[in-house]
Amino acid sequence: MRSAGKPGKQMTSKITISNLDFYYGKEQALYNISLEIPEREVVAFIGPSGCGKSTFLRTLNRMNDTIPIASVKGTVMIDDKDIYAPGTDVVALRRKVGMVFQKSNPFPKSIFENVAYGIRINGIHSSKADLNERVEKALQDSALWDEVKDRLKMSAFGLSGGQQQRLCIARALAVQPEVILMDEPASALDPIATQKIEELIVELKKQYTIVIVTHNMQQAARVSDRTAFFMLGKLVEYNKTQKMFTNPEERLTEDYITGRFG
Amino acid sequence: MEHRIIDQQLDVLRDKILLLGGATEAAVHRAMQALTERDSELAKRVLEEDKVINQMELEIDRMSIEILALQQPAAHDLRFVISVAKITPILERIADHASNIAEAAIILNNEPQIKNYVDFPIMAQTAADMLRTALDAFTNEDAQISREVIKRDKEIDASYHRVFNELLELMIENPSATTVAAHLLFVAKHLERIGDYVKDICELNVYLREAAFIKHGG
Repeated sequence: MRSAGKPGKQMTSKITISNLDFYYGKEQALYNISLEIPEREVVAFIGPSGCGKSTFLRTLNRMNDTIPIASVKGTVMIDDKDIYAPGTDVVALRRKVGMVFQKSNPFPKSIFENVAYGIRINGIHSSKADLNERVEKALQDSALWDEVKDRLKMSAFGLSGGQQQRLCIARALAVQPEVILMDEPASALDPIATQKIEELIVELKKQYTIVIVTHNMQQAARVSDRTAFFMLGKLVEYNKTQKMFTNPEERLTEDYITGRFG
Repeated sequence: MEHRIIDQQLDVLRDKILLLGGATEAAVHRAMQALTERDSELAKRVLEEDKVINQMELEIDRMSIEILALQQPAAHDLRFVISVAKITPILERIADHASNIAEAAIILNNEPQIKNYVDFPIMAQTAADMLRTALDAFTNEDAQISREVIKRDKEIDASYHRVFNELLELMIENPSATTVAAHLLFVAKHLERIGDYVKDICELNVYLREAAFIKHGG
């Protein structure tokens, strides 16, 4: 694996993955992945279907724990803490490392309650006024506030697909995460809604570390600082996005991003 | 390798720029021949064919933009389209210099020959060699040869300075030959500029191959 994309001295690594293997039962899905994700950058994972990029994304907040036959070897350090160490508070981990999925999945509740839910169950707020403020902040940060501020009590299902996806981002932001994982966040959206999500990602990286899985190569090129290319469970190349799309080091990467296979 | 839509378009684009390169080479060669063999008909043909070269440039421009917009090339494909889009106007300008030489030839051919065109054929030969080698290096994506061609620009510069001084002396010695000598000075300058442009092409060849910018010391 070539990697000229390691953080330099001036950058802090937010997530450091070392020698990660992943298995579904006896089936190995990821092979010896090592990767550093710098703080407040956007890192895109690309690769053909089944290459392991989503599986890898889900190892970063232990979402794979919900699969009984899944097992992990190697380490994932977030801020110098191994998230697979015994005694790790997985709920706290997932609060710190939020996730947005391909299909927006709002709760069957009002717009306000969708965002307030996580704040309430985590007991983050100090008063009703504080809760309102936090909900507003999250909706503003997800660039949704202006569109929903007059109908916060209406059902979230009344929103468009793009708005629902931004609501899910607001829901993730409400519990004050540090890292946001996005699994194909715009693949079900039209170009305008996609553009809004992409602009939001660029805006959010000022405060958060973002990891995005995408099938849309141009999206990876537009929003990410670094790109990791996976194939058959292996990390083929990890590089600065600009380098990856103009002059990749690996022949396989070149073939993939220029559409010679996939 | 699977067949891609973009491959067919890149092949067409490659054919088009090679045709333009061939036409440009021919223009330079004919313009110099028109001068040294005092063949004004040939000079007129160079001027006529420059219109075709201009059309070729427009076509390549249009096609490059279309590929960028519709195929969104990346990596080597992207570097190829960018190189073509940048080399094309360079070739067109080289052809313009050939036209200027042809225009000078038409004037000079009506005047008595004041000087044996010894240096001119050498300069022209060097420029033509460099151009042909640069275009071959583009086709073969040969960065090594491109770097060697860049070094040869000095040969043309040296010839230019020699011709310049000779013509200056001639003008001082024989003021009645000033008009003719002035036209010849321009011809020498055009050849010198062609050398510079060939150098630019070679720099783009290196970019195509290595994704490295060597222009302005890279």
